Amino acid sequence: MSEPRDRILARLRRKGKGRAGGIGRSGVALSNRCPKDLVGEFQRRAEAMHAQVYRVERSGWTHLLERLCREKAISNLLYGPDGPLGGEIREASRQRQGLPDLVGFVQEIEVCREQLFFEIEAAVTSVRAGVAATGTLILWPTPAEPRSMSLVPPIHFAVLDAGAIHSSFADVVEKKGWNRCMPTNALLISGPSKTADIEQTLTHGMHGPTELVILVLTQATI
Amino acid sequence: MHQDAEFRKGVREAIGDPRIRRTFRARMDLLMAKRRSAFPDPEEWDDLRRAATGIRADNISRLPELLEQLEKNCTRNGIRVHWAETADDANQTVLEIMRGHDALQLIKGKSMVSEEMGLNGYLAARGIDCLESDLGEFIVQLAGERPSHIIAPAIHKDRAQVARLFKENFPDVSYTEDIKILTGDARRLLRRKFLEAPVGLTGVNFAVAETGTLCLVENEGNGRLCTTMPKVHIAVMGIEKVVEKLSDIPPLLDILVRSATGQSITTYFNMISSPRRRDERDGPEEVHLVLLDNGRSRICQDRELDATLRCIRCGACMNHCPVYSRLGGHAYPGTIPGPIGALLEPQIAGLDRLGMLPTASTLCGACSEVCPVGIPIPELLNRLRAEGVKRDPEGIAGSGSRRRFREALVWRLWQLIFSRPQIYCVAVFFATRVPAVLPRLFGPWIRSRSLPIPAEKNLHDICLKRGVEHE
Repeated sequence: MSEPRDRILARLRRKGKGRAGGIGRSGVALSNRCPKDLVGEFQRRAEAMHAQVYRVERSGWTHLLERLCREKAISNLLYGPDGPLGGEIREASRQRQGLPDLVGFVQEIEVCREQLFFEIEAAVTSVRAGVAATGTLILWPTPAEPRSMSLVPPIHFAVLDAGAIHSSFADVVEKKGWNRCMPTNALLISGPSKTADIEQTLTHGMHGPTELVILVLTQATI
Repeated sequence: MHQDAEFRKGVREAIGDPRIRRTFRARMDLLMAKRRSAFPDPEEWDDLRRAATGIRADNISRLPELLEQLEKNCTRNGIRVHWAETADDANQTVLEIMRGHDALQLIKGKSMVSEEMGLNGYLAARGIDCLESDLGEFIVQLAGERPSHIIAPAIHKDRAQVARLFKENFPDVSYTEDIKILTGDARRLLRRKFLEAPVGLTGVNFAVAETGTLCLVENEGNGRLCTTMPKVHIAVMGIEKVVEKLSDIPPLLDILVRSATGQSITTYFNMISSPRRRDERDGPEEVHLVLLDNGRSRICQDRELDATLRCIRCGACMNHCPVYSRLGGHAYPGTIPGPIGALLEPQIAGLDRLGMLPTASTLCGACSEVCPVGIPIPELLNRLRAEGVKRDPEGIAGSGSRRRFREALVWRLWQLIFSRPQIYCVAVFFATRVPAVLPRLFGPWIRSRSLPIPAEKNLHDICLKRGVEHE
């Protein structure tokens, strides 16, 4: 036990003068806005945060990724070969050769950081959940899809299952029991990186990605 | 009273500078409008504020147990926890961690606690280079200044000033006043620094006791880079930032962001629960959490003033303050300007040093109206004013230090006049008929204002003459 710790705690336990605040937890039920059209609300909010959102049927998302990479003139794409999207991306690349050069995040950051910072043009990652109320993506980076993939390359393609969109952040935390299983790093991402530090003028692409492109995978409609 | 004179000098300079008034008026108007549009439904605002106030009041009332729980869970997760009683202790802890890694470079995310510690100066004096990576902080660091606003540190600068700073400090950069290009320049200048720095340091917006999680709110991504790229991440936080449950976070994050900038959410909300695990390919190998007291445990002992510690640093109080919007942040001594600074800083530094700050308020109540955690700032400022002139051995440090014999005498006289009708009548008679006595009495008041000329007949006389009955 460190001495400063004990002294600080002892001081905190000594309640002195003044009137008691008497304020406790309110028990107020916060309105949990739950829109009927979660995907629509998510898209509206995410676009308001300057993300680009595309809805695409599950079977066709790699085609869309190819088209977007072509339109944005991307020459290489970072992906997680062992991640949930790895197989489909490799397969698409093998079959049609429409994707840019694929770079797998397979080494420790210390080895590949120069390439990550100065060569990689875009990265594609999976997304754990979405939040409709704010157009937010929730990522729990994994060894297969490390956290710097959604942070360093100028363009981030995020692949989100429409069924994983929840109404609010509070809803996700509660329903998924986050308090029992927090990962090393959990991230909420809403739009591309930005700043308004000069004359309060909004500018995108400060230190993180300049573009956030969200592919929302929907079920095929019959 | 040396600090008082300094403060007054700063205030006079700020008021006399038309650029400050123009800039802050425009910036504060915009921030107020954004906040207003972020809370369109007053009922929802009330509910959200009541919930946030309840959570923070509960957190503060249980600080010792929550801090112990936070320490236990962080330690279990592999985060090393350090306790610091003073700013100097915290600086020393950071220095020891740096030296343990032979590190001579520190890259920083925005942290007001590190400003409170004076960390940059402390480390610079010991040969360690600190680099601010938040754009606003980067700008004020280049200018050799301190932040003028807790959310937007360079809010006092315009694009031309930033352009000149960049040109002076980086001759290779072409001069431009285009904000997009300036931002791009900053991105490029800082990019390699994130790769080179062995240690990254950030603040903490909330620390969750039940999971041992450190939460950071930001838009730029520099906070994420500082907590991802360097081998070591040091987080510094005031002990009041702890919250009990993870479910406390969504409402607090919601009200913090909307109050601060009117956004519905920031670009990034970064929740860190441990250093890099064995199978992970990035992230820091060590995470350190420095818990800073620096007077907070003393504030916590007072069951009225402990409300100060509920603050979640949104800055809404300064955006709405008529005093701050005229002075800007640099006129305030201490780290945090505006109403919450006027309340917090004297409690940390002592009323003998910063006791003038509570007087820099009109007590209009705009701050408490917009405070997302219901801190009754004007009431507490009044309490500090009273503590300043009342000697109380158990009170705040420096209590009674502002008591002046002449002022005390004037108030005694005032009390005497207003509690005795005969004396009151005589005083009013002389004040209205012999105005020559007034200028000297009103001395300090009329230095920058015109003297109020009392009418010959006061309201009482007129009412009596008109036959208005006493109630």
